[in-house]
Amino acid sequence: MTPSSFDSMTILIYDGTWYGLLCCIYDVYEYKLGPVSVSTKEQHQPDAFSNTQEVFTSAEHAKRVLKGLHTKLSPTGMAAIYSCYLSELPEMASVIIRYARLLFSSGISEKAYGNPDVLKVSQVAKMVSRERHRMKAFIRFRLTQDDIYYATIEPDFNVLPLIVSHFKNRYADQKWVIYDTKRGYGVFYDLHTTEEIQLDFTVDPDKPTDTNIFAENEEQYQTLWKDYFKHVSIDSRKNTALHVRHVPRRYWKHLTEKQV
Amino acid sequence: MSERIREKLAILADAAKYDVSCASSGSKRKNDNKGLGNTGSGICHTYTSDGRCVSLLKILLTNFCIYDCAYCVTRKSNDIQRTAFTVKEVVDLTISFYRRNYIEGLFLSSGIFKNADYTMERLVRVAKELRLEHKFNGYIHLKTIPGASDELMKEAGLYADRLSVNIEIPTESGLKLLAPDKDRKDMIKPMNFIKQEIIQNKNEIKLFKKAPLFVPAGQSSQMIIGATKETDKDIMYTANSLYKNFNLKRVYYSGYVPVSHDSRLPSFDSAVPMLRENRLYQADWLMRFYGFHVKELLNNETPHLDLDIDPKLSWALRNPNQFPIDINKADLQMILRIPGIGVQSAQKIVSARTFQRLNWENLKKLGVALNRAKYFITCNSADFERRNLSSMQIKQYILASSASKYLKSNSTQLQLF
Ligand code: SF4
Repeated sequence: MTPSSFDSMTILIYDGTWYGLLCCIYDVYEYKLGPVSVSTKEQHQPDAFSNTQEVFTSAEHAKRVLKGLHTKLSPTGMAAIYSCYLSELPEMASVIIRYARLLFSSGISEKAYGNPDVLKVSQVAKMVSRERHRMKAFIRFRLTQDDIYYATIEPDFNVLPLIVSHFKNRYADQKWVIYDTKRGYGVFYDLHTTEEIQLDFTVDPDKPTDTNIFAENEEQYQTLWKDYFKHVSIDSRKNTALHVRHVPRRYWKHLTEKQV
Repeated sequence: MSERIREKLAILADAAKYDVSCASSGSKRKNDNKGLGNTGSGICHTYTSDGRCVSLLKILLTNFCIYDCAYCVTRKSNDIQRTAFTVKEVVDLTISFYRRNYIEGLFLSSGIFKNADYTMERLVRVAKELRLEHKFNGYIHLKTIPGASDELMKEAGLYADRLSVNIEIPTESGLKLLAPDKDRKDMIKPMNFIKQEIIQNKNEIKLFKKAPLFVPAGQSSQMIIGATKETDKDIMYTANSLYKNFNLKRVYYSGYVPVSHDSRLPSFDSAVPMLRENRLYQADWLMRFYGFHVKELLNNETPHLDLDIDPKLSWALRNPNQFPIDINKADLQMILRIPGIGVQSAQKIVSARTFQRLNWENLKKLGVALNRAKYFITCNSADFERRNLSSMQIKQYILASSASKYLKSNSTQLQLF
């Protein structure tokens, strides 16, 4: 264990998980650390001068930190921190730790937007929330022959954990899979519970040769939806800029109505 | 399913698209029968190429119609292909689209086939089958048929989340001119009926929690803008009275899209009044969320909204005596009236200033559009607008500082504030 000192920056090395990040906060207090920055094992590039310390991920420590945060934050504030973690933005781990220290040490409010870290947390949480909302809208299921509604996504942020309950409530009577191909994991709902899954793509469902994995009339409904989309537009009001602002191009790949 | 369905969908979606309402919020139907769907999220699943939200499968049950309203593509005298869905077809499309996460639900409207009750009865049957046979808890909006019986209206309300009665034309004289078969009274009567039923239902729910819901998302209406020579004042005063008298949830303003050569109407090649439509929505928001009274925005001296600036800025320029406002002291109601500050920023300002006095930098970070707001406020800084500018000058400065945006906006701008 490295002894702490107030004049040098400590680099905390954690495993990249949510609980791991919470344990960083725990260790800051446990070891009375001065200024810290955080890095995952993969990102970290050792150099001779910095003071590094490895963080051990313990569920018990993480839960104690969560409990502590609960006393300082509203439910929205709690959700905001978790969203910031899911943003996967490289600087956010350090921001979250500074933010937690502000909350615990100076009793700053989550609404003191004059502070740059407080503002950053609320802004990033908002970005993540926007994409979460977009995913609720842009996910398109296709019915497979096994009677499972299947959707693929590639969100900028890791929002899948934030949308599972929405889909579970809404589609309680159908089996579904939502798969994040960018991060290589998905969620399967079997009419009772949801579980995390990893698929082995021996057949790529998006290759035209493998269309047989989808139900017989799946394509017809896709055609009807595309027809519908074409017919609701009013040509004399066409406004592409506005359209693209609402439906950014990077999402088009997975939108049925955008396929030719 | 076949080419026939494709053809019907093409015709009946086309004919329904002029009704601009697409809201799917305001109702909180839970999926607690392990059925399909819920409401309350108000999601736009995609946007049309003209940038409008697509949230509902919006179709007509049929485009046969016995009436001849001049502004409507479906009018009897128009030479177009006519068709009709069966109840089962609409139910199947709704369910299949919903399961694929294309839509939040159904918005069903119809031309008048045979008579009002005959048509209304079929609309109700679609909603009933969805709810009872398919345990569908998604959103259902039914457009009511003027002149349908109270019994059918009541039944519709038991299955639908929202009912709408379109007022069509903002003035009674305009309606007489363009839709001689129609009568304002036939629109007011069902609005009143729905309002009374909603009030009664609310009381019932207070007494028995399990009382069935009656149009939980309330009622809405739509007016066509620019088909007759009405003023913005006519439009907004009508809207205001609909909100006040019938507790409407929303009034929609739909710029007239030329659909016919008719001397009573704007010519076939006239542009859709999109910017005007946008200004009307802004005025509507100012009434509903910013605490403005309609008379402050429109009156005999100001019968039309400015097209080149938004109605809030235009109100501020007409009322220079109300400014400048001290950001660190004024109450929320006043802050909401400052040009360049939206509801969210206003709330953030009020929260943030309890921790520190706010300066220009803080305001910028809280999302205030300073290029407009700066002429109307003072904050924690000695550096504020000291020149004694006239309203005209302020308008020129603001227009110049956002020139490109406003120039573009003349054709396409559709944002709120
Ligand atoms: S009654 Fe309705 S559908 Fe028929 S012509 Fe008039 S507006 Fe169009």
